[in-house]
Amino acid sequence: MGIDWQSVWLTLELATVTTAILLVIGTPLAWWLARSRARWKEVVAALVALPLVLPPTVLGFYLLIMLGPWGPGGWIAGFWGGRTLAFTFQALVIASVFASLPFVVQPIRNAFEAIGERPFEVTATLRATPFDAFWTVALPLARPGLLTATVLGFAHTVGEFGVVLMIGGAIPGQTKVMSIAIYDLVETMQWRVAHLMAALMLGFSFLVILAMMVLEKRMRRIGR
Amino acid sequence: MRDTGPPVSGIRARFRGTLGAFALDAEFEAPAQGVTALFGPSGCGKTTVLRAIAGLRRFDDGFFELGGEIWQDGPAFRPVHRRPIGYVFQEPSLFPHLDVRRNLDYGRRRALKAGARETIRFDEVVDLLGLGRLLARAPANLSGGERQRVALGRALLTQPRLLLMDEPLSALDRFAKEEILPYLERLRDTIGPPTLYVSHDITEVERLADHIVLMAEGRVTAVGPLAEAQARPDLPLARMPEASVTLAAEVLAHDPGYDLTTLVVRGARLIAPGRFGPPGSHRRLRITGADVALAREPPGASSILNSVPARIVEGSPHGRGMVTVVLALGPDGAGARILARITRRSWDELGFGPGQPIFAQIKGVALISLPHPDEEG
Repeated sequence: MGIDWQSVWLTLELATVTTAILLVIGTPLAWWLARSRARWKEVVAALVALPLVLPPTVLGFYLLIMLGPWGPGGWIAGFWGGRTLAFTFQALVIASVFASLPFVVQPIRNAFEAIGERPFEVTATLRATPFDAFWTVALPLARPGLLTATVLGFAHTVGEFGVVLMIGGAIPGQTKVMSIAIYDLVETMQWRVAHLMAALMLGFSFLVILAMMVLEKRMRRIGR
Repeated sequence: MRDTGPPVSGIRARFRGTLGAFALDAEFEAPAQGVTALFGPSGCGKTTVLRAIAGLRRFDDGFFELGGEIWQDGPAFRPVHRRPIGYVFQEPSLFPHLDVRRNLDYGRRRALKAGARETIRFDEVVDLLGLGRLLARAPANLSGGERQRVALGRALLTQPRLLLMDEPLSALDRFAKEEILPYLERLRDTIGPPTLYVSHDITEVERLADHIVLMAEGRVTAVGPLAEAQARPDLPLARMPEASVTLAAEVLAHDPGYDLTTLVVRGARLIAPGRFGPPGSHRRLRITGADVALAREPPGASSILNSVPARIVEGSPHGRGMVTVVLALGPDGAGARILARITRRSWDELGFGPGQPIFAQIKGVALISLPHPDEEG
């Protein structure tokens, strides 16, 4: 038996969808955390950062309850006659978004904070509304941070195991991602394939990190 | 300095409030034409006033009006991006991700879209500020002086009705300053909108300003035409060691044999070495109080070329040994005012007093603004 390509594609699909959602949610959240003067914003920041320190099983446990038949997830699933959101691809996406959120929000927030106040004073004196300034100055200047966030979000989703195990199970084509597949292979003593798939992930992770570093360096040069 | 016609009272400003331990209580009116300097020592609140006028800093107790249009009246506050201003910061603050052309265009496009009339055209600004060769460059590849010129051009292209400059030269070295000053003079003399110029450097103010708002410790201490404020002994300008007065002059003639230029100021003709441009051109002169001696009789043979009749307006003690004398040029004392710094002993022994006709012997007449390159010949 060879490499479980189904789990490879599923992993890539999950990471892509998750990263897209993370950027859409994480960018405005990071902007708010960087610019707001609200005192309770650090509470929100701490909540976002929680998955960094929480054991993935704990996060997965709470998500399981949330998405299960007695949580809001079960209630939502009722609309199309389902009983639970757990053990579905959607559940994996939701769980991955929570688990990878800090990896996306933190670099973007840092990038926004590094811009400082001055460029936005300048844009205001140049007749730009704050919304306009966000698109035309804040986002372009935060590009290195956005790139880091994208890569970290994607890579972390690919590598997530504990949360996925709790919430997804190992349904082939639905929730059996690479990290789970490798675990299964080891459990069933299929060392050769486990080696192949582990090597695949190792190579992928290395390339991702390398590409990110090279790109970021180039961007900083251009941005200056 | 331009000959000011009827006074146009266009700017009215009042801001009151505290920033930590610093209390600001500034109020002034100034004409909405030419360059008005906000001048005072560091920490006197001049930058804060400028930021409040721009709307970058909000005082609950604030009022600002330009030419009948009110930008703030207490809580009624127009946000920065809806005020027709151009703002030049101390550092150029160009957008690093845009080339020079797109930096220049950033405010212009938005101002025109918001309905501003294009009175200052792109090509005009590029010509005036010498930006033609820089348009395709990234800000990172410009010198400090070039960057500040681009920042100035970017502010001008927003078609401002009021240009605000916050010590735009203070972050530059001497050479870059000298590089930019002629551009600022040319701007003032051509397409420049009414300008408020914050500075703590009197030499910049002498070169650029028509009006001055003097500030100290969060308050406005005096407002008026620059030369008048310089010749007021109750103000700190006349108390400075190198107290001088800036005069508007017109070139009358040039004597090529001796390379001397005759100039007319209000109430006197002055001769100065060098060539100051063709007859009829307007120049600024500086006469320093320490370079002016007083005589009761028309002096005899002397190496000093300028000995002009004037009248004493008043004398006020400067330290223990010196007197700062305000003079009005012309036999009738109807001309421009200058300062003379003499010893108290001379003042007493010669029996000087207000109203007295005297002769002012002016040792040095300094040219402040150089002729523009295209004016030479």
